[in-house]
Amino acid sequence: MAAILQLKEAIQEFVRDGDTVALEGFTHLIPFAAGHEIIRQGRRDLTLMRMTPDVIYDQLIGAGCAKKLIFSWGGNPGVGSLHRLRDAVEKKWPAPLEIEEHEHAGMAAAYAAGASHLPFGVLRGYVGTELPEHTTVKFIDCPFTGEKLAAVKALRPDVTVIHAQKADKKGSVLMWGVVGAQKEAVLAAKRSIVTVEEIVDDLNAPPNAVVLPSWVVGAVCEVKRGAFPSYAQGYYSRNNAFYKKWDNIAKERDTFTAWIDRHVKGTANVEEFHKSLEGAAVNA
Amino acid sequence: MPEKTLLEKTTESTAAYTADEMMTIAAARMLRNGASCFVGIGLPSAAANLARLTHAPDAVLIYESGTIGTKPHVLPLSIGDGELSETAETVVSICEIFAYWLEGGRIDVGFLGAAQIDKFANINSTVIGNYDTPKTRLPGAGGAPAIAASCGEVLITLRQNKRAFVEKLDFRTSGGHLEGGDSRAKARFPGKGPTAVITDLGIMTPDPVTKELTLTSVHPGVTAEQVVAATGWTLKVAAEVKTTPAPTASELNVLRELQERTAKAHAGQD
Repeated sequence: MAAILQLKEAIQEFVRDGDTVALEGFTHLIPFAAGHEIIRQGRRDLTLMRMTPDVIYDQLIGAGCAKKLIFSWGGNPGVGSLHRLRDAVEKKWPAPLEIEEHEHAGMAAAYAAGASHLPFGVLRGYVGTELPEHTTVKFIDCPFTGEKLAAVKALRPDVTVIHAQKADKKGSVLMWGVVGAQKEAVLAAKRSIVTVEEIVDDLNAPPNAVVLPSWVVGAVCEVKRGAFPSYAQGYYSRNNAFYKKWDNIAKERDTFTAWIDRHVKGTANVEEFHKSLEGAAVNA
Repeated sequence: MPEKTLLEKTTESTAAYTADEMMTIAAARMLRNGASCFVGIGLPSAAANLARLTHAPDAVLIYESGTIGTKPHVLPLSIGDGELSETAETVVSICEIFAYWLEGGRIDVGFLGAAQIDKFANINSTVIGNYDTPKTRLPGAGGAPAIAASCGEVLITLRQNKRAFVEKLDFRTSGGHLEGGDSRAKARFPGKGPTAVITDLGIMTPDPVTKELTLTSVHPGVTAEQVVAATGWTLKVAAEVKTTPAPTASELNVLRELQERTAKAHAGQD
């Protein structure tokens, strides 16, 4: 059974220094508020994994929480570079960042293998690319046909954190829209936290909906607008203007640090974070 | 970002157009009606949607976020904007889109962009400089290697200049025709690889035998010499270089309306 917790308690209890942490989300339902809480609590030496590290990973990396990143596409979608990720890789600021890089198909297969508790995932991938020279992928012969296939080591995060639309009072979780690899990432993890837009009496989920039953989830936290500036379909849209603004904020170390200090470290929770951002917009 | 050259209008339309508009329109024309197309974000997404809104209403657009048969009203900024899932025929998980649909060999056309491309249409979207000590760290592979490998054919669209069109890639992220000749056929690629590269200057297609990119069409007002000069290797030029038909008024209108709607929506004014 999932515990219904405050976000602060859930991060305290579930995320430890040195952990391998997946804050999954494929553009949609990205657990920003949970990422901010990790920054507030000053977690260090995390191995972060995610297929598409975007702005929240830029923030975690720039705030010094990460020592390694496992990923398959690291950018600000439609905008350009993640400046803090680049600074860490290119100039080792604020700390060196080790990277393990994949293609999406490989990382998706590795999560599916993790969810299945298999040692590796298999795919017809990593062909024509130089990635295998720089990452952990091996090639195997199909035992039935002899075809050469790629094998990727299963991903098994210590803790997976995701955001979803709804949970019920027992902690069963419902999500819809672009659902990425979140279900696999939760099932692959030893521990999991799901932040949701709302906790309701009944999920009213149709039979084939994407539901994570309470007994496979560690903690559920109600965090309204917990995916902002990403989106929660049915609740609010992606704030594309923020993603564009982030480019300027993150470009320089001092503007980045000032933003994190003011809006994340200088606030106690997601409500204060939103008030702080709104205040900044008024004063801009 | 290269300057947008304002080209003189030729015959079919009355309005002037930019080189970027010509590129997007020329790229859009390559997508046949009814094809299933795995779409990259940015220039490919603009071209694929223009195709859908003009000559290819039955093209099935698929984005790697798992959205299949999507018909966005505005161009997505990210690969998983709500616009894509709300207008999709179905939305599947990431594991499913790559395993069942892409690597399952169900997609006719992959539509990709690139930071660097070489003469055999191999592309780099990983690093500029050395991998371990990069000069510029780019976002990386994403779905591109699987798209380049698995789709029936691949269209590539990017702006043409010597920084992008290079003799040697800093990193090969996704395989085109590898070392040319039959090297792709000998490797374990399901799809036949890049069939056209569409830029702001012209169109290049691989030579049927050597697979080396060859200039086969220049956009109106552009000379073959200009395209050669904007290429970091000695670009092969076809014996007969065609001139790309200029954008029609209707193509331009549809593209401009799409981009106007998109700009408004992304500024948060929609």
